Amino acid sequence: MSSTDSTEIAKTDDSSLASDLDKSLSDSISKKFSNVEIAYVKPDRIRVNVKKEEIIDVASFIRDELNFDHAESVSGVDYPEDKQIEVVYHLGSYTDASLDKKILALATRTPREDNPRPGNDSTKLPSLRDVFPSVSFHERECFEMLGVYFVGHPDNRRLLLPEDWADIPPLRKDFRIKGR
Amino acid sequence: MSNQVHPKDKEILPGLQIEKVDDRIMTLNVGPQHPGSGHMRIILKIDGDYIVHTDPDPGYVHRGEEKMAEYRNYITNIPHLERPVIHDSCNILYPYCLGVEELLGLEVPERAKYLRVIAAELNRCVYIEYWLAIYGIFLGHSTMFMWPMGDRELCIDLLDKMTGARVTHAYFVPGGVRNDIPPNFEDVCLRQINYFEKRLKEYADIFYDNPILISRTKDTGILSREDAIKLGTTGSVLRASGVDFDIRKKEPYDVYEELDFQTNVLKEGDSYARSKIPWLDMFESCRIIRDALKKMPKSGSVRVKLKPKPKGGDTEVYRRVESGRGSLGMHIVSRGLPQPYRLKISVPSFRNLIAMPHLLTGEKLGNMPAVYWSLNYWPVEADR
Repeated sequence: MSSTDSTEIAKTDDSSLASDLDKSLSDSISKKFSNVEIAYVKPDRIRVNVKKEEIIDVASFIRDELNFDHAESVSGVDYPEDKQIEVVYHLGSYTDASLDKKILALATRTPREDNPRPGNDSTKLPSLRDVFPSVSFHERECFEMLGVYFVGHPDNRRLLLPEDWADIPPLRKDFRIKGR
Repeated sequence: MSNQVHPKDKEILPGLQIEKVDDRIMTLNVGPQHPGSGHMRIILKIDGDYIVHTDPDPGYVHRGEEKMAEYRNYITNIPHLERPVIHDSCNILYPYCLGVEELLGLEVPERAKYLRVIAAELNRCVYIEYWLAIYGIFLGHSTMFMWPMGDRELCIDLLDKMTGARVTHAYFVPGGVRNDIPPNFEDVCLRQINYFEKRLKEYADIFYDNPILISRTKDTGILSREDAIKLGTTGSVLRASGVDFDIRKKEPYDVYEELDFQTNVLKEGDSYARSKIPWLDMFESCRIIRDALKKMPKSGSVRVKLKPKPKGGDTEVYRRVESGRGSLGMHIVSRGLPQPYRLKISVPSFRNLIAMPHLLTGEKLGNMPAVYWSLNYWPVEADR
């Protein structure tokens, strides 16, 4: 995925310490999807960068074939210099005992606009709510905090911010804290 | 009035919702000022006595912890990051410290690892006792408010001796703990923990075996094993539904691997099981503390010396611990700066919030406090 080359995260390589299971998990993903980039394989931590068009297929594969069954966390990270916003899903498993320690980070990127109009601009991603119902509230939080609209999410409403919040999404880097 | 514009034709304020009013269904706002909702609003739709729709509305105590963390360096982040759960402040700093240690490549001294475990387990008891007191009072059991509040002081007193503060300890730092324990702490701790455990056993007589409590909480708000997994719940909610998942066992951090304890799992998945798991957890905490006091090195350094404003590499970490409510994770994105580029706090209360509409819908309104508080939910933590 050429668009992620500018971040340093993609270049980290710590695969020497990772176990065979970690490697076989990442291999099975890269074998099935040729466009997917395995950003790193660390002990118990795998990160997979995918294009947003492919994310539902990759997520379904991770759920059905690799037995990851829930999302621990969904983080949105703003990269204004790349004009992109990254959303990272941290997936875990309760049902498969061999995956107890593993966290699979599934990351994708969406274009970012300088004058955001949340929900009405190009900052959109397909929702993973149908694949992992546990992301529901996390995606709502991501929508209000970074302005990423999740297509297919039935409930793209405010969650933590006030209903009448009219400023830009507060976790974007151009939203500055006063006095800092 | 003839010139009244229907809101549909106007530009709607951001976030404004317009709903049709139904004759039969009543909308009821529980909170945010209502004491039974605890700093959050639950919008209930009621048909007679039954809840037909639940819409949790958190955010009344949102403090922007994640944004604040981007402006402070790794060390000065400590005092404000414990604010979301001051009753469990050691456990919320735990994943942060583990993550920063991984970023900076620090090796924590052995004695500090044991001190961290002792502080974290004492803090877990403090949190659970506080939660239990609130659970008791909202079920109309005022003795169950007084007892845990009083017994909580035993643990607070120990933490006070350890850290110098009653609730906001800021005891964990990347690379160890802030200070060593005072002399003679082991004896005092052992004595108070033994008495504390004796008191815990008495809760069974007055609360957990109480027929009134049982009739109010048994078979209400049942969360099946499949739903608990699918919704990604964590901690006591998950373990009350029959899933044996405790980060201390599954992904042991610091010295939990060497300590003797077990995880508590119940199969029922109802409010009673959910309220019982934290109480059983406190017995395990006592066991861990006693074991840790025995195995702890008697002397040694407790903190690695750090350079001012240490910088992480260009990488990211995700670390998680088992807090009083469940798995608490921190995702730290570092870009070679003295402060995190992005810090995401994945809190158990926020993760368990998704179970609330699932459980409350279909229940009687009178069962709401029993179900709601059994979720081990802390609104301030969920909002961050």
